[in-house]
Amino acid sequence: MRTVTRGTLVIAEDRCKGCELCIAACPPNVLTMSRTGNRLGYLYPELKPGCTGCTACQQVCPDFVFEVFKFEDPVLFDTPPEGARPCP
Amino acid sequence: MTLIDTRQPPEQASRKVADYKPSLLQSEEHGLCPGCGEPVAIRVVLEVIEELGLAQNNIAVLGHGCYGGFIMLLDVDSTLCLHGRAPATATGIKRMRPDTAVWTLQGDGDMVNEGLAEILHATARGENITCILLNNGVFGDTGGQMTAASVIGQRTKNSIDGRTADDHGYPIAIAELVASLQGSAYVARCSVHNAASIAQTRRCVRKAFQRQTEGQGLSLVEILTMCPTGWFVAPEAGTDYLMESLGKTYPLGEIKDRAAAPAATAE
Ligand SMILES: Cc1ncc(C[n+]2csc(CCOP(=O)(O)OP(=O)(O)O)c2C)c(N)n1
Ligand code: SF4
Ligand code: SF4
Ligand code: SF4
Ligand SMILES: [Mg+2]
Repeated sequence: MRTVTRGTLVIAEDRCKGCELCIAACPPNVLTMSRTGNRLGYLYPELKPGCTGCTACQQVCPDFVFEVFKFEDPVLFDTPPEGARPCP
Repeated sequence: MTLIDTRQPPEQASRKVADYKPSLLQSEEHGLCPGCGEPVAIRVVLEVIEELGLAQNNIAVLGHGCYGGFIMLLDVDSTLCLHGRAPATATGIKRMRPDTAVWTLQGDGDMVNEGLAEILHATARGENITCILLNNGVFGDTGGQMTAASVIGQRTKNSIDGRTADDHGYPIAIAELVASLQGSAYVARCSVHNAASIAQTRRCVRKAFQRQTEGQGLSLVEILTMCPTGWFVAPEAGTDYLMESLGKTYPLGEIKDRAAAPAATAE
């Protein structure tokens, strides 16, 4: 599957305090929490393809973790189909 | 799962549409709790000040509360004053510097408990200042005790079974109180529980500063903010909790705008 991606982020993951407000705020639902902790021991957001560059995550984040960019031309990312699992 | 490399700006042609922090903050690092609404509200205020061209011509007067920690981060001339006294201190500053935008940053404990007299008298005098209230319904800084703005049913450190009117009296809706006084020019209640409410907060804060520039009188923007620590809820539960508790007692919206067309009396 190819995912149209219009924007992207720089995530200052070591500043994140793991509140998850960005996860709920992202309209296309392309942020997920990491499985390992950052410098402070908090889980932090990671970005999947499909960001629109809407800045919602940046606005709701209490810890100034996000910079948001918009691509001049949308980028297509190859992503495995929803629900696909890696081979064991 | 495919993940994007977010350690540095993209290689593809792109433009930056949002910065980490407002330029009127000197650093991104602060000591407020995970999921706190106060830094979100402070971002909005600082961005509006810059947008209105007031970056080099504004003075902030801070009360006592967790937001006070920002005094060392603000790239704005500022002073921290006695608990609750920000509108009185701002009065003096504004009268000496009438061409400078003067604004207060207070919490509900600071404004509605400790300094209720100051905000009401400053409003009644029609002082030409902008007051920003961060209302989380608790004394956050001291551990989540009940304030005059805590709502009925709200669990706080000293109303552990919920605030009751019989034991603790009724909450004070400060925005409506300030709006009822003749000296107020603009009063609104906003929130930072999601991106749409943050956008609305931005519009209201902008109008509040504009009314000051126009010399219309006191402007107040009450911003409902999350305090997961003081509410004893998880950080990610703060936004829903805010709207279930304070949000039900304190309706959001513009309450008064002196500059608005007098539609109600036009007919
Ligand atoms: C005269 C005085 N009384 C009490 C205090 C202790 N004190 C410091 S911050 C604070 C709570 C402030 O609550 P609020 O204004 O709602 O701010 P929040 O921390 O909730 O953002 C109190 C009671 C003080 N600094 N000065
Ligand atoms: S910019 Fe918008 S789409 Fe992209 S991650 Fe943030 S909230 Fe999601
Ligand atoms: S909103 Fe900010 S602090 Fe909270 S989890 Fe997301 S990046 Fe981390
Ligand atoms: S106690 Fe509440 S208001 Fe204070 S920093 Fe923590 S969450 Fe924010
Ligand atoms: Mg408070």
